[in-house]
Amino acid sequence: MVLQTIWFFLWGLLWAVFFMTDGFDFGIGTLYPFLGKTDQDKRIMINALGPLWDGNEVWLITAGGVTFAAFPLVYSVMFSSLYSALMLILFALILRGVSFEFRGKVDDPRWRKIWDTCIFIGSFVPALLFGVAFANIFQGIPIDHNGIYHGTLFTLLNPYGLLGGILFVFLFMMHGALWICIKSEGGLQKRAASTANKLWPVLLGVAVVFLVASKFSTRLYDNYIEHPAFFIVILITVLALLSVRFFLARKTFFKAWFASALTIVGATFFGVIGLYPNLFPSSLNPRYSLSAYNASSSPLTLKIMLVVVIIFIPIVIGYQIWAYTLFKGKVTQADLAHDEAY
Amino acid sequence: MDVVLLSRLQFAAATMFHFLFVPFTLGLSFLVAYMETKYVKTGDETYLRMTKFWGKLFLINFAVGVVTGITLEFQFGTNWSRYSAYVGDIFGPLLAIEATASFFLESTLIGVWIFGWKKLSKKAHATVMWLVAFASSLSAIWILIANAWMQSPVGFTIRDGRAELVDFAAVLFQKYAVFKFLHTISAAYVLSAFFVMGVSAYHLLKKENIEFFTRSFRIALGFGTIFSLIVVVIGDINGVIVAEKQPAKLAAMESLWETTTRAPVYLFALPDEKNEKNKIEIGAIPGMLSFLVRHDINAEVRGLKDFPKDERPPVLITSFAFKGMIGLGCYFVLATLFGWWKRKRLVDNPRYLKLMLLSIPLPYVACELGWIVAEVGRQPWIVYGLMKTSDAVSPIAVSQVLTTLVAFIVVYGLLGVTGFYLIAKNALKGPELATDN
Repeated sequence: MVLQTIWFFLWGLLWAVFFMTDGFDFGIGTLYPFLGKTDQDKRIMINALGPLWDGNEVWLITAGGVTFAAFPLVYSVMFSSLYSALMLILFALILRGVSFEFRGKVDDPRWRKIWDTCIFIGSFVPALLFGVAFANIFQGIPIDHNGIYHGTLFTLLNPYGLLGGILFVFLFMMHGALWICIKSEGGLQKRAASTANKLWPVLLGVAVVFLVASKFSTRLYDNYIEHPAFFIVILITVLALLSVRFFLARKTFFKAWFASALTIVGATFFGVIGLYPNLFPSSLNPRYSLSAYNASSSPLTLKIMLVVVIIFIPIVIGYQIWAYTLFKGKVTQADLAHDEAY
Repeated sequence: MDVVLLSRLQFAAATMFHFLFVPFTLGLSFLVAYMETKYVKTGDETYLRMTKFWGKLFLINFAVGVVTGITLEFQFGTNWSRYSAYVGDIFGPLLAIEATASFFLESTLIGVWIFGWKKLSKKAHATVMWLVAFASSLSAIWILIANAWMQSPVGFTIRDGRAELVDFAAVLFQKYAVFKFLHTISAAYVLSAFFVMGVSAYHLLKKENIEFFTRSFRIALGFGTIFSLIVVVIGDINGVIVAEKQPAKLAAMESLWETTTRAPVYLFALPDEKNEKNKIEIGAIPGMLSFLVRHDINAEVRGLKDFPKDERPPVLITSFAFKGMIGLGCYFVLATLFGWWKRKRLVDNPRYLKLMLLSIPLPYVACELGWIVAEVGRQPWIVYGLMKTSDAVSPIAVSQVLTTLVAFIVVYGLLGVTGFYLIAKNALKGPELATDN
């Protein structure tokens, strides 16, 4: 029981860290065609995430792997029932990853244009579909007692699902715009800051609508009503979102970005706490829901994985923080002049 | 076309494509790390140019390898959900540990290596590439342990309608896993060595950057010679293990129908699966198979007829892929040993250089054939003796898989063309003349 509960929250944490880290990469990719006026701007934008995106993406692989290891039944039902959505995400991620590497390798504007488009698609599509997928999980998926999905890709595109998608896109765009503010100077930085300023009220609006809609479309609040102490998570998330505006006005961009990171983690945990103990609730019948208790691995596997995670995740966080520190500061002309720069 | 067949085709396409890029990463990372260390130790600019030139090819290849790896992890869930639910307790942790303990390190540090030339000391920068190299080979260990478990399931019990882990050490250290890893990783190193030798040969034939490419060729030659020999030796041990753990696969590899003592190896055999015999058999070496797998020319080896028809792998594909792999493996040994003999006078041997240039694709073919033997030879099982492939597939619609299969072929096709075009373009262009570093 305890092991399964620990794993439930670790599972939520891994997804939250993935959204927090790769989230700004998705945001930058989504803003890329709008903020990148010149080739130089575009290069600054992709070099701002250049050294980091690959390591960030591994949080997705780890979140997926841990779902497989700790909750094999969830892994199997979740990924087969969300088949089309997940495949779209995967193809988008493929395009994004190679685009960074390929874009600068041939000196031809048409060549770069192709990969510019791929960067946008490869960032916007995952941002939207991860939001759609998680909102649908929050409200329940039409799966029967055998874990068979009764629906199509379009079943997922219901109003609440789409609202979740829009929320994610705005969260990530805000996150990305703030990262560009940190990493750039001059015109690009001004445009990024003004974009963040414009995005903020919209994001706040979408977030409020989402919180209200969750009352009517999901049962997430049941856990909060039962244990009101958990409302603090929602409170922190809202405060974090408000302080994004506060720091943005003072042009302390790193603090604003950090607040935005906290907002993303908080938003993920808002759902995760509300879901508990379900990982993949059924909308057909609550008895068909897959939970931390009926879908987990054996105690031995959970224990082994816990040891692995306790040893390695702090090490991973350690060297990722080292990498972030190594590449702090603005992307400069000299950085762009490098052979290896994107 | 049913979901099983389409999902198998999709998995085969995705894996085989992924494995066009993985071995190169595994081997070249070590070669680049070695070149960079030579630069740090000697201060010789040529080694720095070598690091940058081969490093650039490494990175293009790495990008395609990484992005195509993600789809593999998720395909177990999307297309093989019943398999995932049945064996996730054992198979899941292996993939999760791969990501946590190795892939994270590799992916984080590759960014540091690419962008960190001026941010790190020379020594630290070279160390980063060594860590990338070790992390990628460490990744391979976990993936190959997982695959070995599908070939030879151990350390589990069946409880509540699924396979549950009881002995993790047995899963990690079974000899099937150990030797599978050694064989696959050595093959990967051979591939990268042949690539470096082939590209160097091209430039040596054109008499460009002679010093640069002679050094590159020699480094790769040493690496390639050692691992060509290891591949063959380990491959031989693998044969013994397969005979013990997967006798039906061994019989299919050798096209052996009757259980016999003094079992022969055929230099060529064309199996006729309908009539359960070989249509053509050429060059039988009596007792050779018994000797290879049991170390006794009179030992008995089980033939295909010993197994029910629905538990035999496709014989034609398995045996041809196996023979092809063996032939190529022997060729790699001869080609590298010859090169070793002529290593001091490479430029004077244009024919050998031409041969090595033309040999670039061969290790790629050999690696793919090896996987065909491993995976087709395991059929009809997804987990040998435990779960059939046909029982493992997801409850999804034919139209869904058909759509994604077409998407895989189109996207991967374009990706492959672009990736290899960029690698070839940069490889043929040669190194930058001077570097500013």
